[in-house]
Amino acid sequence: MSTHTPAKTGSPFASPELIGRAARDALVKLNPVSLMRNPVIFVTEVVAALVTVLFLRDFLVGNPLAFTGQIMAWLWFTVLFANFAEAIAEGRGRAQADSLRKARTDTVAHRLRNPSDRTSVERVSALDLKLGDHVLVEAGDIIPGDGEIILGIASVNEAAITGESAPVIRESGGDRSAVTGGTTVISDWIVVRITAAPGSSFLDRMIALVEGAERQKTPNELALTILLVGMTLIFLIAVISLAGLGRYSAADVPVPVLVALLVTLIPTTIGGLLSAIGIAGMDRLIRHNVLAMSGRAVEAAGDVDTLLLDKTGTITFGNRMASEIIPVPGVSEHEAALIAVQASLADETAEGRSILELAREKYGITSDAAAMAGASFVPFTAATRLSGVDVADRSIRKGAVDAVKRFVHSVDANASTGIAAFDAAVDKIARSGGTPLGLAENGRLLGVIHLKDVVKPDIKERFAELRRMGIRTVMVTGDNPVTAAAIASEAGVDDFIAEATPQDKLAYIRTEQRHGRLVAMCGDGTNDAPALAQADVGVAMQSGTQAAREAGNMVDLDSDPTKLIEIVGIGKQLLMTRGALTTFSIANDVAKYFAIIPALFIAAIPELGLLNVMGLHSPQSAILSAVIFNALIIIALIPLALRGVAYRAEAAGTVLARNLAIYGGGGVILPFIGIKLIDLAVAALGLA
Amino acid sequence: MTVLGWLQIAIILALVVAAAVPLGGYMARLYAGERTLLSSVLGPVERGLYRLAGTDPKVEQSALGYTLAMLAFNAAGVALLYGLLRLQGLLPFNPLGFGSLSPDLAFNTAVSFVTNTNWQSYGGETTMSLFSQMAGLTVQNFLSAATGLALAVALVRAFARSNASGVGNFFVDMTRSVLYVLLPLAIITGLAQVAMGVPQTLNASVTATTLEGAQQTIAMGPVASQMAIKQLGTNGGGFFNVNAAHPFENPTPFSNALEIWQMLVISMALVFAFGRLIGDRRQARALVGVIALILVAGIAIAYWAEAAGTPSLLAAGLDPTGGNMEGKEVRFGLAASAMFAAVTTGLSDGAVNAMHGSFTPLGGMVPMFLIQLGEILPGGVGSGLYGLLVMAVITVFVAGLMVGRTPEYLGKKIEAKEVKMAILAVLILPTAILGFSGVAAVLPDALAGLGNAGPHGLSEILYAYSSAAGNNGSAFGGLSANSPWWNTTLGLAMLLGRFAYIVPMMAIAGSLAAKPRLAASSGTFPTHGLLFVGLLTGVILILGGLQFFPALALGPLAEQVQMLAGKTF
Repeated sequence: MSTHTPAKTGSPFASPELIGRAARDALVKLNPVSLMRNPVIFVTEVVAALVTVLFLRDFLVGNPLAFTGQIMAWLWFTVLFANFAEAIAEGRGRAQADSLRKARTDTVAHRLRNPSDRTSVERVSALDLKLGDHVLVEAGDIIPGDGEIILGIASVNEAAITGESAPVIRESGGDRSAVTGGTTVISDWIVVRITAAPGSSFLDRMIALVEGAERQKTPNELALTILLVGMTLIFLIAVISLAGLGRYSAADVPVPVLVALLVTLIPTTIGGLLSAIGIAGMDRLIRHNVLAMSGRAVEAAGDVDTLLLDKTGTITFGNRMASEIIPVPGVSEHEAALIAVQASLADETAEGRSILELAREKYGITSDAAAMAGASFVPFTAATRLSGVDVADRSIRKGAVDAVKRFVHSVDANASTGIAAFDAAVDKIARSGGTPLGLAENGRLLGVIHLKDVVKPDIKERFAELRRMGIRTVMVTGDNPVTAAAIASEAGVDDFIAEATPQDKLAYIRTEQRHGRLVAMCGDGTNDAPALAQADVGVAMQSGTQAAREAGNMVDLDSDPTKLIEIVGIGKQLLMTRGALTTFSIANDVAKYFAIIPALFIAAIPELGLLNVMGLHSPQSAILSAVIFNALIIIALIPLALRGVAYRAEAAGTVLARNLAIYGGGGVILPFIGIKLIDLAVAALGLA
Repeated sequence: MTVLGWLQIAIILALVVAAAVPLGGYMARLYAGERTLLSSVLGPVERGLYRLAGTDPKVEQSALGYTLAMLAFNAAGVALLYGLLRLQGLLPFNPLGFGSLSPDLAFNTAVSFVTNTNWQSYGGETTMSLFSQMAGLTVQNFLSAATGLALAVALVRAFARSNASGVGNFFVDMTRSVLYVLLPLAIITGLAQVAMGVPQTLNASVTATTLEGAQQTIAMGPVASQMAIKQLGTNGGGFFNVNAAHPFENPTPFSNALEIWQMLVISMALVFAFGRLIGDRRQARALVGVIALILVAGIAIAYWAEAAGTPSLLAAGLDPTGGNMEGKEVRFGLAASAMFAAVTTGLSDGAVNAMHGSFTPLGGMVPMFLIQLGEILPGGVGSGLYGLLVMAVITVFVAGLMVGRTPEYLGKKIEAKEVKMAILAVLILPTAILGFSGVAAVLPDALAGLGNAGPHGLSEILYAYSSAAGNNGSAFGGLSANSPWWNTTLGLAMLLGRFAYIVPMMAIAGSLAAKPRLAASSGTFPTHGLLFVGLLTGVILILGGLQFFPALALGPLAEQVQMLAGKTF
């Protein structure tokens, strides 16, 4: 799997330029209109402004300023740190967008005046192309826009999009007919029908996505924001009512202190990091070379219950391979292998080469082309379904079982030796899910070659992982049910669809969804498009057709179907990070109460000093320390928000227990330690 | 604390569970519309009532329709009871000739009984005619409890169903709740109370000659009939001013045990019924675990605090084994008083057999905090279960994301709509309690009603609004609440606490009912194990603690630390 990315930076966190830019952006983001998108931080900004007004009043009337001034400064820092977190996350995307934008330079297009006449072209700017225009792209040209090849074949360098510099073949018809604007034709020529208007091309969308310009709150993010607003309101009520309750108890609390209490209690930690977590989640996908068309799709990936995986390329290697040679009685294994090698010498297919490899490894036969001097090779055709070699008076053939039998009978109408054993071997191979390949010389059946789908070595463990996470895997294959069942059991999938047609896939997805399950699949062909559109997470291959890419809600630039498993992991990690930081943020409040409440009332009710379990230096240093901790924790957690919490494929119960211990338990304990340490520093520096 | 005290507590709890399990099964069948034990007897009555009212029991309502029916029904209840109390002087069965109630007291009382709060700004035996007690208050005792049951069942149906538009028929659920659950239990346990010495008579008083030869008039009336439903329906409004501390309401330790059992049994049974109705009894067991954990902890703290007594009195030579007996009945003692206090507030009953204001500050904070947690442990009849389910929704959302999936509870996805409504519901309690308390704490009109100065006075304010907004109805003692300010604001707090909570809760029901019920997999957040019990307990305590800790620090906590330091007011 290629994970090379165009804008992959060395440092996981940020470079100095990025930090500098983010620091500037943090100031710009103080604009209250834009900050309203983030209610918790908006409230923090409003009360920071309030404290600033009080500070100025104190300044004008000559009251002591040190304490209010420090509270004010840290409140503003809280807002700035939250803005900074978002800016850092956005900055990393922007770096990628810049490198993408280089590919979108103003290219010149050769537009055909008449689609069927390749000789009459006019030069226009790529920006003036309209839907349905036909353009000619020749070697060395940049493809001016997204489109479908209607004529020709070419090798194309798609490094601008995928970061992979090895050229790929694109041709008209079939599943590899889509081209992307901004990529370069290396050889030959193609005629492309433009399918995306300028400004809405794949590259444009990609830039918008990585820049976060199109970012909208995802469903879970929205729900979480509502929860945070609710928590903010609850604490607003608790703090405002304290004005009255405090007065009753002769413990009038100054406004800056009430504000300090409010800001430490409202969930500023998760509020400040929420959008950074979302942006970083998208960014993680992009680093895996997957483009999600919406954040909603990323979240849905975390919720997936059923994965539809194509057998070929995902579960098995693309090609069948020879695994054994079963000779008929009277023929030694070695002899059969030798003849199989001779039949395959000119066979350039993967099956043919796997026979040579098997013979070399198992029987020590090295192919000796010299011995075959004067041979004439018989290529495979769909009509004969046989291939082989004629040398001297020997006619060696291998191929489909019935075709091989027919060949033998055509040479010797009465041939019957070994037929029973031959049929038995064929039967055995078919039952085990393999493909039998007959082998014969002249009128004599020699044996059967067992071609086998080879399941990728570590795929079974990955499916077991998925099962532990509660995700069912379903193998989709065109094989017959017997073959499919054998491979399914070897690979350890939960279910399979044999002899699958596109309609079968669609029907299966609909059934799953009716049972309330979310389905993810990947596909590349035009006939996959309906299923891709129906699936909750449809990952289209970059190498696929335009229709497939339009239908899916993600595109994998590496065209690697296995990546579906990673995508699910990224979706889950995104949700986990939000949940973990929310839990952490709320759990923090316990310690903050023990810091601030005794400090608020100790003057009026000295006995409440009993609640000062941390033994903080003075009421003022306690309040200040809680506010400082509250601000610094945002900065401290930015790397975690960007990286995501540790993710392992485990059952929900196990994941919950661990995360609860770390972020819930840790969230209760850590601030006790942190606030105490800050208090020691504040006292040592004489700040309060 | 004594072994005997704990034994008493354990036996009562065991008896509650022993009865709640079969009763839960019975209620599950009842609300699922299946045949029950009493169907052959009550079926004709039920069908007759539907014919009389022109209700088709098969027609279901949407969550909105159900809520509107409930609101209309309860508005009519308030209007009727208000009218009745205002006209009390003209109505029959008024042997002592009590006059009509003032507008603010009538409003407060009508709201109080319709919202299942049963806050009493008046003394029953000196204010209410027998007619008001029987036709007004006792009727609402049944109806408010039935309303709670109906709403909880509607929410449970929303969880149990898949892609459904209806959540049941409000009038059918009301009829069944009264007819099959509340009436039979009230009749049986009411007779048991009569056997234990609770009077049931239309005579308003009896005249006795005391040992000194003086004549004494002792108030009586149809006490048992009101006592039974007041406890079973977690209403709590006493016939007499001192409620279940009165010998006619609660004559013996056995009647006391029966009353605690009565308070708990239906709310607990409903949790078990919930497990059966959603087809997963493990879910119910998890909720029972949460309830047991917090309730027993509450009982233990109150019992411990009361048994520890007050240092100043101990220093003055009081027998340390006696603990703090101020405001408690000798026939109940410390354990049964502490248990009654925790149960009556963990529920939304509000009956008292001791004066909570006379508890030690820490012991008195337990009932106050249990109310502030939302009275969900196990809470009022019906209202406890739906409150607990709303908390479960929030818990699942906060922590559920940590398993890497959109949170689900009982197979229903918890999304923006549910979170929004759950948060709106949860906001009601702090808004009503802290909002009103914050104002009352500085308002001379309000402060005039206080019975004590210092932190204890603040506790009186906090407790009154907690009790009203939580629809509990118990009083801390000390506060004279029969004034326009208190009657009006407490009435508003009761309305908010009941209906402003129900409306968003029913919006959740409507949204959930329409969603498909997803099958659980190993990737689903497990909500039936010990982990969830701990998590839900933690969220309830932390969320409640965070909201009320500053206020409690100035009230009972301040008083406790000052008491320990020997300071008095």
